[in-house]
Amino acid sequence: MTKRLDLYALTWRLPIILWQLVFFVGPVLFMVAISFFVVRNYRMQPAFDFVNWEKMLGRGYVWDSYWYTLFIASLSAAIAMLIAFPAAYALAFRASENLRRWAIFLLIIPFFTSYLVRTFSWYVILAETGVLNALLGYVGLGPYTMLNTHFGTVVGYLTLTLPLAVILQTVTMANIDRTLIEAARNLGCKPLATIWRVVIPLSKTGLIIAALFCFILSFGDFIAPFYLGGSQEPTLPILILDTTKSGQQWPRAAVVAIMMMLTLFAIAFTAIALAYRKPKGAR
Amino acid sequence: MSCDKNKKKQFLRRDVLRLGGGVALSAPFVSRAWAQTTEINMLAWYGHGEPDIVGAFEEANNVKFVPKYYAGGDNMLALIAQSPPGTYDLILSDAEFVQQLNALGYIEELNAADYPFDDMLHPDFEKFPGHWADDKLFSMMVRGGHLGVSYNTNSVSAEEAASYDAFWKPELEGKVGHFDWHLPSLGMMSLKNGNGAGLWDLDEDQWQAVQETTMSLRQQVGGFFDYGGTFNGLKNGEMQAMVGIGDWITGVLERDGAPVASVIPNEGGIQWTESYSIGIGSEKADICKQFIQYMLSPEGQVKSAQMAAYPGFCITKAGRAMLQEVDPKEAKRSHQMEGMPNDPIALINEGRIHYRDIPQQQSLEDWNDFWSEYKNA
Repeated sequence: MTKRLDLYALTWRLPIILWQLVFFVGPVLFMVAISFFVVRNYRMQPAFDFVNWEKMLGRGYVWDSYWYTLFIASLSAAIAMLIAFPAAYALAFRASENLRRWAIFLLIIPFFTSYLVRTFSWYVILAETGVLNALLGYVGLGPYTMLNTHFGTVVGYLTLTLPLAVILQTVTMANIDRTLIEAARNLGCKPLATIWRVVIPLSKTGLIIAALFCFILSFGDFIAPFYLGGSQEPTLPILILDTTKSGQQWPRAAVVAIMMMLTLFAIAFTAIALAYRKPKGAR
Repeated sequence: MSCDKNKKKQFLRRDVLRLGGGVALSAPFVSRAWAQTTEINMLAWYGHGEPDIVGAFEEANNVKFVPKYYAGGDNMLALIAQSPPGTYDLILSDAEFVQQLNALGYIEELNAADYPFDDMLHPDFEKFPGHWADDKLFSMMVRGGHLGVSYNTNSVSAEEAASYDAFWKPELEGKVGHFDWHLPSLGMMSLKNGNGAGLWDLDEDQWQAVQETTMSLRQQVGGFFDYGGTFNGLKNGEMQAMVGIGDWITGVLERDGAPVASVIPNEGGIQWTESYSIGIGSEKADICKQFIQYMLSPEGQVKSAQMAAYPGFCITKAGRAMLQEVDPKEAKRSHQMEGMPNDPIALINEGRIHYRDIPQQQSLEDWNDFWSEYKNA
């Protein structure tokens, strides 16, 4: 009987297991393998040589890119979370059910359009002769350089992550038991303290997962730093492209990709551990 | 009612059978009609397989070009290396990569008698470096263009643009863009350092000096761009000057009335050169040869000069004459007229143009490493 049940469960789980093996584990193993290959005459040749690891890890600019990518993706995730929170709070606690549904639908709409198109549309707004500078000009400010700057990169990242952050935060907060909030207020907790001591702890898991998604998407994004940040400084995805463009060094690009994956594994693992950690005294 | 229904079913079945039979019987004729159109697999920079270039040839010869576009010589070599012989019938490459194409055995020998060497605008084009090996021709140059100072005419004067120093103009801080490829940008820095004809052949001290000069430009730089980004940056005024490009980009913008221009500064400029080769093992070598001949004909040369994606100058006398006749505006804009100060051929004659090459004493990897460092600085 138990055996039959296991087979039944396995049958349903098999597609996802196969999918992960074929499209995740397989490619990752292949990527690790090619990081030891060598390139001769623009052709990758199987080998077991540490030269790519030595070259990439020994270069200052790779580490500069690494720390910059880590910093700018973290900054962008933090900004996304901060901007998203008041909006999500209002949608979760102040808006009617109907309005919340419409708001979430509207937040999904940007994903109907290609991210590249959305990124390019910022050119019209952020250019020195663009809409934003024109508006600032009316009040005697500017023009400011916003394209090809760190600011431009962060705007691009937020284009990708902000709607997602608001949706995830809204869904999380909307599921908080209202009686706990009312109890806090009845016991004399002020509104800000209620948010800090009740809402945030109760939505901790969702908030951390939202922040994690924002970080992951920004960390691996090529489009924003390239088109809005002007490649200065290059992030790791740009470095991967540069490495493959020059001399077709796919093995060296694989080294950078592995660095990125290991970083994401470490951060995701820590974030999930934090998200599901029970508060002190809880059983 | 049920009888009617059956009738309808029978009719449908017969109809389907008839239709299926018809398709089956006509298939050989259809496939024969298709077979008459020869497909030519072309490996080229963007634009070369577009209708404005190949349309008339396709129509006249019942062929169809199937272009595979690449960006950069490395990318081209990798695409060929990873494909079985015979995949590409026609290969358009930058001249500096022809030698490698030949050394790696990717291209067929050409018959020099098939091409108009007696009509070249400059003697250098007859024996272009790397195109010949042991007196055998392997690739045929079809067009070229010059790289120098590209700038917005509203913020940089023609006098200022006469030197690479223009890129260091204080007012341009954050407004100088780079085409994101180390070879032309570092080549220009080498020219600024006075290396002249030896710009690619740098000893250790010269290479060090080129790196220092390049680094001193970093604070002026507002971004590193691909073709689209370079185009946009100059068009919307975000970038007021651009390193590593020339008329091949500003020419397209200039045709649209944008206030941009490219000049060859006093320190000298760099020539990009594009050449056609026939892929090894191609079964369509004859029609490929005809196409190369067509691109070298006056009509082909004019099409190349007017190319929508990016213009290049004519390399044959007849081509230039026809351009002046049918499109004097473009001939004038691109200085392809005798007596004009920036006439590309006159610039070569004056020794101000150096053909783009790969570094002689360093590896491409050294240059690329420095380029990555520079971008991160």
